[in-house]
Amino acid sequence: MTSYDLSASTFSPDGRVFQVEYAMKAVENSSTAIGIRCKDGVVFGVEKLVLSKLYEQGSNKRIFNVDRHVGMAVAGLLADARSLSEVAREEASNFRSNYGHNIPLKYLSERVAMYVHAYTLYSAVRPFGCSFIFGSYDQDDGPQLYMVDPSGISFGYWGCAIGKAKQAAKTEIEKLQMKDMTCRELVKEVAKIIYIVHDEVKDKAFELELSWVGEVTNGKHELVPKDIRVEAEKYAKEKTEDGSSTL
Amino acid sequence: MLEESSEPGWLSEEVKTGTTIIAIEFDGGVVLGSDSRVSAGETVVNRVMNKLSLLHDKIYCALSGSAADAQTIAEMVNYQLDVHSIEVGEDPQVRSAATLVKNISYKYKEELSAHLIVAGWDKRGGGQVYVTLNGLLSRQPFAVGGSGSSYVYGFVDAEYRKAMSKEDCQQFVVNTLSLAMSRDGSSGGVAYLVTIDEKGAEEKCILGNELPTFYDQ
Repeated sequence: MTSYDLSASTFSPDGRVFQVEYAMKAVENSSTAIGIRCKDGVVFGVEKLVLSKLYEQGSNKRIFNVDRHVGMAVAGLLADARSLSEVAREEASNFRSNYGHNIPLKYLSERVAMYVHAYTLYSAVRPFGCSFIFGSYDQDDGPQLYMVDPSGISFGYWGCAIGKAKQAAKTEIEKLQMKDMTCRELVKEVAKIIYIVHDEVKDKAFELELSWVGEVTNGKHELVPKDIRVEAEKYAKEKTEDGSSTL
Repeated sequence: MLEESSEPGWLSEEVKTGTTIIAIEFDGGVVLGSDSRVSAGETVVNRVMNKLSLLHDKIYCALSGSAADAQTIAEMVNYQLDVHSIEVGEDPQVRSAATLVKNISYKYKEELSAHLIVAGWDKRGGGQVYVTLNGLLSRQPFAVGGSGSSYVYGFVDAEYRKAMSKEDCQQFVVNTLSLAMSRDGSSGGVAYLVTIDEKGAEEKCILGNELPTFYDQ
């Protein structure tokens, strides 16, 4: 089996491209990020593991702005994710320049996916080791949520999770009735899920990064304001101290 | 023996669509109108040209200025919109069509001499009219263009009212074209009308003798 995993341009006898699967492992080593779409917007939550007490609070962002109306949460190799966020920004900017309006999220997600996929075809380069969740809100299309993974495919979701605790997070997400919730209600649930899936034993301190885009922000993607974040974290801590954790 | 050039003027003069073009929005769609005269200097080389060009199912543009430049821009944008609508998976926005026209007009503004008015219907914005003269992009409730437009600015400014019905708009367009065609030497022939709404685009041709007559006719 060893000689089939040396480059992305080789299939294994059972039809797998190992390099792409290894890239997905890299994503699974990173801490969890989730995105949930509700009635009037999209909320992102990222479990940012604090590796050193010397880090400035709020630095090392894992949620990016791609355009005014689009947010992107990442998991995996951060350097890869940062350069791909530039690719996404350029796509959105070129679209606006050529067509005069906001880029539709499905189209942006497909363009980024196509770019990621290109790096899975050749032996001269390695696949990107990161996944993203894109979210946007638009007056006419409503809230949209798309996920791109290292193999270069993109799907639309009502809720998705990437990173080390994605299975546990998915289970929690499936319990929610997100289609009937508003952003304000959802922010608290997203914080709760991150607190639930965080592993107190293996990873000590973490910082919760929360962002949203929806009717409540007038279609602009931004970090959740401090007072709402504090309230959401308080709710999350209460609920997890109740012993309602599934881990 | 040397002879003077016996080549007719229209072989050497630039072919212009002298033109009167107009587009106007109503609630639920737009009406576009144009004359049909194409001149090369003083010669009329085509008296029945349809200057309302299709960019997409529910987006048309009205051509004026150099005939070749205007037609080429319209064809390029028609192609780009075809590709774009397949890539995004839905009908293109009128704003996208207008931006594509504007980008070409601006980039090549020194080489081109054409002014296109883009108008159509999309589900987000309803009926919209965009002006792209010299590479600017501006949305307006109605717009006139071409050499004949100078003669009718007073008429359109005085007669335009907000919230006109589809039929009122069509009458407004026909009246404006008729007045311009009777005063502008570079406009004439028949009047072409296109009405675009949610259901689609309807083309109509009004012959010279069916056009409304005014003071001196």
